[in-house]
Amino acid sequence: MKPDSPVLRGEPDVGDAPSGPGQAPAPPGQAPAFPGRGRRRIAALVGAGPVGSRLASVFLAVVVLCAILAPLAAPYRPDAIDFAVSLSPATPEHLLGADQSGRDLLSRVMYGARTSLIGPLVLLAVASVVGVAIGTLAAWSRGWVDAVLSRVTDVMYAFPGLLFVVLVVAVFGNGMTTAVLALGLAYAPTIAKYTRSIAITECAKPYIDAYRVQGMGSLAICVRHLIPNLARSLVGYLVVLFGEGLMSLATLSFLGFGAQPPSSDWGLMVKEGQAAIVQGAFLPVLVPGAAIALVVVSFNVIGVRLADRLGTRRL
Amino acid sequence: MALRVARKLAGLVATLLATSFIIFGAAYAAPGDPVTFLAGGKENLTPEYLAAVRAQYHLDDPFSVQYGRWLWDALNGDLGRSFQYNDEVLDLLAARLPTTLGLVAYATVLFVVIGVALGVLAAVRGGRTDSTVVAGTTFATSVPPFVAATALISVFGVQLGWFPVAGGGSFTHLTLPAITLALGAVAIISRVTRQAMVEQRELDHVTVARASGLAERLIVVRHVFRGALGPVVTMCGLVSAGMLAGTVTVETVFGLSGIGSLLVGAINTHDFPVTQAVLLLMVVAYITVTTLVELAQPLIDPRARIERSRA
Repeated sequence: MKPDSPVLRGEPDVGDAPSGPGQAPAPPGQAPAFPGRGRRRIAALVGAGPVGSRLASVFLAVVVLCAILAPLAAPYRPDAIDFAVSLSPATPEHLLGADQSGRDLLSRVMYGARTSLIGPLVLLAVASVVGVAIGTLAAWSRGWVDAVLSRVTDVMYAFPGLLFVVLVVAVFGNGMTTAVLALGLAYAPTIAKYTRSIAITECAKPYIDAYRVQGMGSLAICVRHLIPNLARSLVGYLVVLFGEGLMSLATLSFLGFGAQPPSSDWGLMVKEGQAAIVQGAFLPVLVPGAAIALVVVSFNVIGVRLADRLGTRRL
Repeated sequence: MALRVARKLAGLVATLLATSFIIFGAAYAAPGDPVTFLAGGKENLTPEYLAAVRAQYHLDDPFSVQYGRWLWDALNGDLGRSFQYNDEVLDLLAARLPTTLGLVAYATVLFVVIGVALGVLAAVRGGRTDSTVVAGTTFATSVPPFVAATALISVFGVQLGWFPVAGGGSFTHLTLPAITLALGAVAIISRVTRQAMVEQRELDHVTVARASGLAERLIVVRHVFRGALGPVVTMCGLVSAGMLAGTVTVETVFGLSGIGSLLVGAINTHDFPVTQAVLLLMVVAYITVTTLVELAQPLIDPRARIERSRA
């Protein structure tokens, strides 16, 4: 048993989720009408639901807006140094205070939202492309291909925590690009395992055989029909992974392996603000730290809710 | 049974070989000449130095021979010399391992006691206690250890002054780091405990015990908790095995000189022999402990014996 298996305990439930697009064999030649419906469903989720997930969605929307509008909305440049206000507490000029070099923390955290959100996005894109490809290949071909791929992913699992990423960083050097790509590779086995488990149930459904009988190639069935039908379950999973990815990436930046100064990545901000704690100034650490924690909590809350609603988890 | 153990051990050896191969081969994946990479930087590239590195890594031999020698040396305790500290890697590890192991042991005690207690409490009390524990653990898993650590330092180290802010050596120095390390683990363990207890409670033999008038406390201790013990113990083992990797962040935040901070320092100074050795140690410990936990499962949970032998 691997530590992650409790997370995946709900796997067998995936297949018999109600109202799945793949449930009724789709009429040949007509792609399941997933994308449009899915988007509306996600929009409905954001509006409805318990207070927790609604708050989380609003908060994330604000963070994303801050990231996009940072150049317009931020009161200062993120790298504007002003030693006169070094370690300033919250004042009307600096709403969230300033760090050791007198850089405005509000502006830095707003600009930092850009790297801190785009990083996990790219890493998940890398991880899902690799992971979904491997998982689908394993589930589709079974036999020795499946066995070999499972062994390979098992070896990746043998590295606890972030150690695989740390090894990659040690070899290829520090930096955001290396960190993001390495984390993407490190997350791929998790996604591959999950994809494989849901793809196996999906492959057993009659519509797959129906396409095969029509003479459609394996690749076409997988890309055009199988994977779109898996997307529904994968989205909920990816939302939770996004929070985790943000956390891992921030940790790498904190250790000095990811974003490098003068970036205002949140992990790096905590690292740089740490020295000020001893001087009694908590804001330089508190602001980015709270930003990380709140964003991750929000993603987890929404992820769980999505998973519930999309039938990935039984209610 | 013997066959199962043998198969598990064979799998253990195969995984160990594969991971050691990755850790060794990583040096060759680096761009440029491996000598330059292994020597750790451009400034110390005298010809004698390069020759020494070449000799230490047997770089003139074929790749497979190099790997074999490296593995053989590692098994015999020769992990090479650190370029940064100019010292045997093994001595560096030996000097720093006690801190790390103490930290992990301290954190393990904390997360087992608190995690199981919270899980049992949530399952038995239900209602508001349950939802509080679930909400609390959800939040705890969302806070990265380095953020939790800085928060703990701010509150208990600086403002209240209860614990030293950084440095190591004593029990009080290890308290805040151990709490940080245990935080995520408490969340996992309490969830697993709660889930296992809730599942056990629904079973027929518990209903029978309740119907025959057994005191609720005894039902919980003897039947529900006993039945839930299997997954809980397994999870505790797996989590504490993974903690060795967790020390990388925690030791860095608190400035403890254990093997976790040694690894971070080694990477930032391009000290590859040390990086390799620490990674190897952490991965070997992790794989070995997780395999042992899996092997021990039937000893804790008699049901696992029956299921396994049927399968």
